[in-house]
Amino acid sequence: MPATPKEDFQKTLADSRLQLAIYSSTRRLMDHRAAVVAPEALSDYQELRTRANQIKSHTIDHLDHYLTELESNVTAHGGRVVFCRDSGDVTEFLVGLAKERNARRIVKSKSMVTEEIHFNDALEKNNLEVVETDLGEYIMQLAGERPYHIVAPALHKTRQDVAALFTEKLGVEREEVIEEQTKIARRVLRQKFLSADIGVSGANFLVADSGAVVLVENEGNARLSTSTPKIHVAVAGIEKLIPRAQDLAVFLNLLGRSATGQPLTVYTSFLSGPRREGEIDGPDEFYLVLVDNGRTRLLADPEKRQSLFCIRCGACLNHCPVYRKIGGHNYPWVYSGPIGAIITPQFHGVAQDPWLPFASSLCGACAEVCPVKIEIPKLLLKLRAEVTAAKQSTGQGGLERSGFRAWAWLMSHPKIYLSLASMGSRFRGMIPKIGPLRSWASQREVPKLAPRSFHKLWAERKRATGKTS
Amino acid sequence: MTAREQILSDIRGALGRTETSAAAPLPAPMLRFPNMDIGVAVSLFRQKLEKLNGKTMLVPSRAHVVEFLRPLLEGKRAVAANSPFVAACGITQMPGVQSGITDRDALRDACASADLGITSVDYALAETGSFVMLSSADNARLISLLPPAHIAVFPRSRILANLDELLSMLPRPADQTSSLVLITGPSRTADIEQILVRGVHGPGEVYAVIVEDE
Amino acid sequence: MTRVALFVTCIVDQVFPQIGIATADVLERLGYQVDFPEDQTCCGQPALNSGYPEQAATVARGFLDTFRDAEHIVVPSGSCAAMITHHFEEIFEHDSKRLEEARKVAPRVWELSQFLLEVAKVEDVGARFEGTVTFHDSCHALRELHLKQGPRRLLAHVQGLTLREMEIAEECCGFGGTFSVKFPEISGGMARTKIDSIRKTEVGAVVGIDASCLMQLQGVMDRARLPIRTMHLAEILASR
Repeated sequence: MPATPKEDFQKTLADSRLQLAIYSSTRRLMDHRAAVVAPEALSDYQELRTRANQIKSHTIDHLDHYLTELESNVTAHGGRVVFCRDSGDVTEFLVGLAKERNARRIVKSKSMVTEEIHFNDALEKNNLEVVETDLGEYIMQLAGERPYHIVAPALHKTRQDVAALFTEKLGVEREEVIEEQTKIARRVLRQKFLSADIGVSGANFLVADSGAVVLVENEGNARLSTSTPKIHVAVAGIEKLIPRAQDLAVFLNLLGRSATGQPLTVYTSFLSGPRREGEIDGPDEFYLVLVDNGRTRLLADPEKRQSLFCIRCGACLNHCPVYRKIGGHNYPWVYSGPIGAIITPQFHGVAQDPWLPFASSLCGACAEVCPVKIEIPKLLLKLRAEVTAAKQSTGQGGLERSGFRAWAWLMSHPKIYLSLASMGSRFRGMIPKIGPLRSWASQREVPKLAPRSFHKLWAERKRATGKTS
Repeated sequence: MTAREQILSDIRGALGRTETSAAAPLPAPMLRFPNMDIGVAVSLFRQKLEKLNGKTMLVPSRAHVVEFLRPLLEGKRAVAANSPFVAACGITQMPGVQSGITDRDALRDACASADLGITSVDYALAETGSFVMLSSADNARLISLLPPAHIAVFPRSRILANLDELLSMLPRPADQTSSLVLITGPSRTADIEQILVRGVHGPGEVYAVIVEDE
Repeated sequence: MTRVALFVTCIVDQVFPQIGIATADVLERLGYQVDFPEDQTCCGQPALNSGYPEQAATVARGFLDTFRDAEHIVVPSGSCAAMITHHFEEIFEHDSKRLEEARKVAPRVWELSQFLLEVAKVEDVGARFEGTVTFHDSCHALRELHLKQGPRRLLAHVQGLTLREMEIAEECCGFGGTFSVKFPEISGGMARTKIDSIRKTEVGAVVGIDASCLMQLQGVMDRARLPIRTMHLAEILASR
């Protein structure tokens, strides 16, 4: 099984500028969230979380029912639903559509599922131009990197990084003022919006009773991507469903607050198909691409299927002390932080990144802030047990397993354990610094075993006072 | 097997359901909104939008709208929506204002070169300082999106308490429009070093002109 | 005289026995008779934490047998108390007999501060400790047992003691059991962030209710040669 990427962690931890960027950005997002979910600001926050969890649980438990309802309503409003098993299906559909319509340029708003399936790469290989339009995603596209954070993709980049990037990739004069950099991006991307043939969006929510997609954003790029081109393609994971438009009250009251501390983001779009008769602008065609890509596998596990409740707010990342140290790129997949830690092994199998479920102190900060109440630490523990079981079945991890077997035996035989421990404390200065002890000592002073255990001290105390217990 | 059949079959297998399995009932939606006095709603709306750097104006009646807008429109090109309320306020007669466009390409070109987009709203939300706009013959999407500034003119009676109240009045927006959008302040980003910049793709300046006596 | 059974936890037993002594002192001064069932060893958390739930169950069964008849079980550790009250059910999911026992024992298990406030119903245990301290909120205690104001109320009644809050009291110290040795660099980094915050308070000691957190923080502070002590709540409350 592959090893832990320790050198990469060391590099990130040693980069003090990066550490500051990650720490202060996440701190800001934490503080903004705290201000708007406090009881004074949102008195029914906990009730909303419970309700959101219930709605998602119900929807996921009846996913086929709601998917067919969604499909029927999308169709009724003049759109078309395309079910896709994986990256291959999505590419085939989009390339086919582009060919039929003579389309070459695609503008795209943020979509994590498209990162999963390497959407941009696949389409570019088929001679289509795909332009990310969210400023952070655009920067990352120019840099050739994957997003650093679900909500703040370029969290780790400085203005100097952006200046260099724009000069190199756009041929503009070096500009370090952030407001001016934004104007450059606006100018370049506006041209793309106005000349694009297809607009691709993600979907924050899919609304079954309306055949609608809901897009939540601050910049306006999702609105533009879905309003100027003649064709709108929304790509979403099958788990993004909610039953009714009226359920948006619960989810929209939670999403912005949890993600960035905004009661509502600047733009919330509720889009249900191509433009209607009489409407002056909007697309002529609408396609909803529903992606599985392994989600049905997660669905099959009743304990872990709650992982599919995620509404991609990023709150767990912001509050995770591990994410705040190692940042987004040290996670093996496009999803980082606590949500990444629980879904990556479920999508890829525990053998691919066996260290991942263990890279957590189980502090529980994630579960505390998750708007849909996913029990992340509980799932991490389950995944840890799966990793050790997988190791056993492939003949690995024998030393650790025997160690714990021996330990458990010892702990069930108190008298033997205690006499061994008291021997150990006598020789405590001589215990060699290998394995876990060496690991501990790399960062901290090592505490010594006490010369007399509590067992011994208690026995002495009872003798001294003449009592028995 | 088509992808659709495969996926639905995999889902049913995973959940232990069949094609004819019923869906268990879902509790009624949770919609919470106060019974807000209109004067309170107006104040709250203005406070919230101004906190986001939007600008708000209260005008006594529709007859006064034009004089309030004149300084904003001075020397500028504007595109106005085909909204009856916008027309009734006399905005379409103002110099520099283009309106009555019904062709998609013409509208897009006009908006791309305009300094201001002027619309009404279908509703407004007090608790968040939001405009609610449904795409229709009276209201094209791009007018509130392409120009660098957006002015929304509306009677105060269209202000609701919050999103929950909107959804209780409009349980199925898809029955009425292909696009319902909530606009909450000027376009913004903090993607570079978490520094806030306004007017990224959508309008960086937003004005609400509220007609008090309607 | 009401009897309470003390579950000192394996780390207190072998590394910080003075915490156990202090806990016993506090309870005896309040008039309780403290029993110490000798067969106790561990709650099983290290094994569960490392992905060995069966081995955790083996050890947990020992706890259930040892403490079967105790009316009140006091534990000077939030994480061990939470293991028993919140995680035994998961471990014994498929063992209905032990599951039943786990459910029966859970309401009788109390972290020390919980016991003092909710069972003994005292806030002032007559302690005296001269000094300015800060308080570290251990993760399991905070998020599973919901202990936040409780320990602070107890400290507020300690004569001579001033409590100064650090900015990030609720952030994890980085121990996390085997996490501390599997990912030492991340664990150490987390501790150093915490310690920066402690230093800013300019206190002489950081107080907590989990010896494992204190061991982590003390280890890093000693490596950095910082003169700040760590003290368990029991030690403060036992001070006269």
